[in-house]
Amino acid sequence: MTRITVKVDGVSYTDDVEPRLLLVHYLREAVGKTGTPIGCDTTNCGACTVHMDGKSVKSCSVLAVQADGSEITTIEGIGNGEWHPLQSAFRAEHALQCGYCTPGMIMAAADLLRENPDPTDHEVREGLEGNLCRCTGYQNIVRAVRRAAQETREGAAS
Amino acid sequence: MTTDTQAPAADAEIGKARVRKEDARLVTGQTNWTDNLTQPGMLHMAFARSPFAHARITRVDLSAARSMPGVIAVYSGADFAAEQGSLPCAWPVTPDIVIPDHPPMATEEVRYVGEAVACVVARNRYEAADAAAAIDVDYEPLPAVLDIRTALDQGSPKVHEAGNKSYEFAMTSGDVDAAFAGAPVVLERNYRQQRLIPVAMEPRAVLCAPSGDEFTLWSATQIPHVLRTMLALVTGIPEHKLRVIAPDVGGGFGSKLQVTAEEVLALLAARKLRKPVKWTESRSEGNLTVHHGRDQWQRIRIAAERDGRIRGLAVDLLADMGAYLMLVTPGVPLLGAQLFNAIYKMDAYSFRCTGVFTTKMPTDAYRGAGRPEATFAIERIMDDLAAELGVDPLELRKRNWITHEEFPYTTISGMIYDSGNYEAATARALELFGYDELRREQEQRRASGDPVQLGIGISTYTEACGLAPSRALGEGNYAAGGWEHASVRMLATGKVEVVTGSSAHGQGHETAWSQIVADKLGVPFEDVRVLHGDTLVAPKGMDTYGSRSLAVGGIAVVGACGKVVEKARVIASALLEAPPEEIEFSGGTFQARGGGGPAKTIQEIAFEAFTGHNLPDGTEPSLDAEATFDPSNLSFPHGTHLCAIEVDTETGQVTIRSYVAVDDAGVVVNPLIVEGQVHGGIAQGIGQALFEEAVYDDDGNLLTTTMADYLLPSAADLPDFVTDYTQTPATSNPLGVKGIGEAGTIASTPAVVNSIVDALRPMGVRDVTMPCTPQRVWRAIQAARGNASGGTGDAGSGKGSDGDTRSGVTHTPPDGGSAASDEGGPR
Repeated sequence: MTRITVKVDGVSYTDDVEPRLLLVHYLREAVGKTGTPIGCDTTNCGACTVHMDGKSVKSCSVLAVQADGSEITTIEGIGNGEWHPLQSAFRAEHALQCGYCTPGMIMAAADLLRENPDPTDHEVREGLEGNLCRCTGYQNIVRAVRRAAQETREGAAS
Repeated sequence: MTTDTQAPAADAEIGKARVRKEDARLVTGQTNWTDNLTQPGMLHMAFARSPFAHARITRVDLSAARSMPGVIAVYSGADFAAEQGSLPCAWPVTPDIVIPDHPPMATEEVRYVGEAVACVVARNRYEAADAAAAIDVDYEPLPAVLDIRTALDQGSPKVHEAGNKSYEFAMTSGDVDAAFAGAPVVLERNYRQQRLIPVAMEPRAVLCAPSGDEFTLWSATQIPHVLRTMLALVTGIPEHKLRVIAPDVGGGFGSKLQVTAEEVLALLAARKLRKPVKWTESRSEGNLTVHHGRDQWQRIRIAAERDGRIRGLAVDLLADMGAYLMLVTPGVPLLGAQLFNAIYKMDAYSFRCTGVFTTKMPTDAYRGAGRPEATFAIERIMDDLAAELGVDPLELRKRNWITHEEFPYTTISGMIYDSGNYEAATARALELFGYDELRREQEQRRASGDPVQLGIGISTYTEACGLAPSRALGEGNYAAGGWEHASVRMLATGKVEVVTGSSAHGQGHETAWSQIVADKLGVPFEDVRVLHGDTLVAPKGMDTYGSRSLAVGGIAVVGACGKVVEKARVIASALLEAPPEEIEFSGGTFQARGGGGPAKTIQEIAFEAFTGHNLPDGTEPSLDAEATFDPSNLSFPHGTHLCAIEVDTETGQVTIRSYVAVDDAGVVVNPLIVEGQVHGGIAQGIGQALFEEAVYDDDGNLLTTTMADYLLPSAADLPDFVTDYTQTPATSNPLGVKGIGEAGTIASTPAVVNSIVDALRPMGVRDVTMPCTPQRVWRAIQAARGNASGGTGDAGSGKGSDGDTRSGVTHTPPDGGSAASDEGGPR
């Protein structure tokens, strides 16, 4: 067992973990962050995407011990108690149906907008290529990301 | 009886693009996926699975696994043999169908890679997985049976003792021989419907908690009600001691319309151990053991006049059942039996389907289930017939389709299409698409020899939703009914709870049902809560599949609302001191006819019904009602999908340039939800056309076990879709609604493949086997070029040369050319 200290959604946790424990299992089962689901185990689907020190990672492919000393943000903490603009935009644009990919999609989109605050449709599609959705056909996800981008820019400008 | 006026259209909830109530929990991570749930003392289950497609189990050694840390129990099939029963097949489609025994855990023989042979129950999922890997099983390999085209040959190895044929189903209408004899034009085509994996984003999971001799089972299922009944029948546990809950369920597409081995075994293990047991599949486990979809070889023949009028159609299918018959395995291909004739008029029709066993994962319902297969074949051959006759493919369709004045129309296959307007949907689609301009550009590119050719694909589909009526299902040997149940109760404070037997897993019922109830009861949308997916909360139901929820379950909600209003009217009559027939109900308010007098809101009536202080004699307190709806007919959505595709003839790369879908699902309750269903449906159909295929190697090993091997469309692979709808109300239900959940998938696959073939037809290409990967498209072009001097265009997808290196498997593609060839066809 290895002792790790990880800050998750603003709260610090110290736990003894098996070296092989996946970050996503640590988040879901030790910390209780079940908002982050697992879709594929092989980094293809992106459902488990969280932010590690501000950048998106697929938490099924990070060991909990690798997250030692880092700061993790999940879908449950991204809005700091409010709804993040992406969360609102996903609802407004009907960018989800079953919602299973949604946490990862929102976390990946947040990282995309951090790097590119005003993406084109094409840039959103390319930027979210690592996050799979089986329900929506992506069109409304693209709309939602661009809507959130616009609202964030307008919010910053006002 | 008075006639109640509907709320003014401007205020109507039905038709409004409401954002969804469900989303609040889904976008914030407050979801109840089955794998999120825990129970005190909960244990975890993991399986040891067969590495052989076909083998006899000679020895199972559990001793090493039993001694591993954290292991509570290890079981082989022998440990469950007395109680596990046989997984059910609820649709024996013919009297002499062969339905093999299907133990949830194999005891003597395994018949597909991934079949469960043993399991571990341990303290946590890691310990369970470790111990499962330590289970030692000896096998005596038996020959695999992988190709349904040879599985019925004399001397083929057998999947089951009774042989490899499960059933043969045939129907004929009209004089097919006469239609073909002397027909000026006869075409025959052989199409391949490749095997698909549904891949709902949420993997399957089940949690079973015992309490004495009662059990609560949470499952990522589409069918909590059907599952409860079936678990009782399979295990012998009395139905009233089982409670099944489908919590938040992350997509299904038919894959969770099943009674699975793991559900039964989790229940049995929980009973043995008297502890809660949970199992969650890995994605690889899922690709191996979630039932697959499609997998047919289709032979279709069409006879026509020179002017394009269809004389007859003859369809002959070979359908891969896989190793066993699961819940509706044999019925899936037959859901298309009456739909190959589609929207077209003709004199004669025949259909035959042979269900064949192989040593592969069983097939079963996958989005569209039988209708995509039918639509693909007819829409593909209509394009070929148009090319043969030298007419525009849309013109050919117009010459044959049922016109809007002809509804209701009894088709050659015996279905009664209640309503439709193919002309209107097509006209709107053409307008949005810019058909004539694209045809001009296509001509220019052909003339200039542009290496990037443009193709236009058409799909004028119809389909059938909401299997019903129950009596007809019984005549077809389907084990369940086609009804749905709902109850509506007004609470003391005027809020409304709606209980539905539909079991949503992404469809948005909580929102759409609220809109219906808001209109019917005249209450605010926000005041309605929809409860579903728990056999304790919603004790009656037939669940969600086959695009049935709105057109069946939604109508049950309408029925229950009507009963609530009638009961409230009696109470209002007493309070307003006017006879019930004088009391009108509008916008949530009861008032004596003529207006001007006193009025009572339905919320006030609900409170009166709650207190019971002033109720008329004979009126029971409480304002609630329940209703069950058994439709008189299926619903028949239709539409016109148009796809423009660019094909790089040097690389085989295809790029969808534009896609227009105009669907007619009758009256639209929520256009936002309908658009979402259409988008996602189109994407899934494109997945079949371009990307997806479950590939087994020559030994029967599944090669596409991860999402790196089984390619789902990503955001970067798809264009924006242009969607619109026409609204031709269904006449078989009071809302006029039809299904929309599968329409996009049914329509889009042939539209895309037709567009590819249309781009390449001048080069001699007549078919490309799905999925139309760049390599397959390139090979089809090469084969056509090689055959150019022959002039028959019998190049298809590169007959016999289609070594698909993505999978490493050589497929024999369907024959794309003359009617003479048998190769690649069903027989």
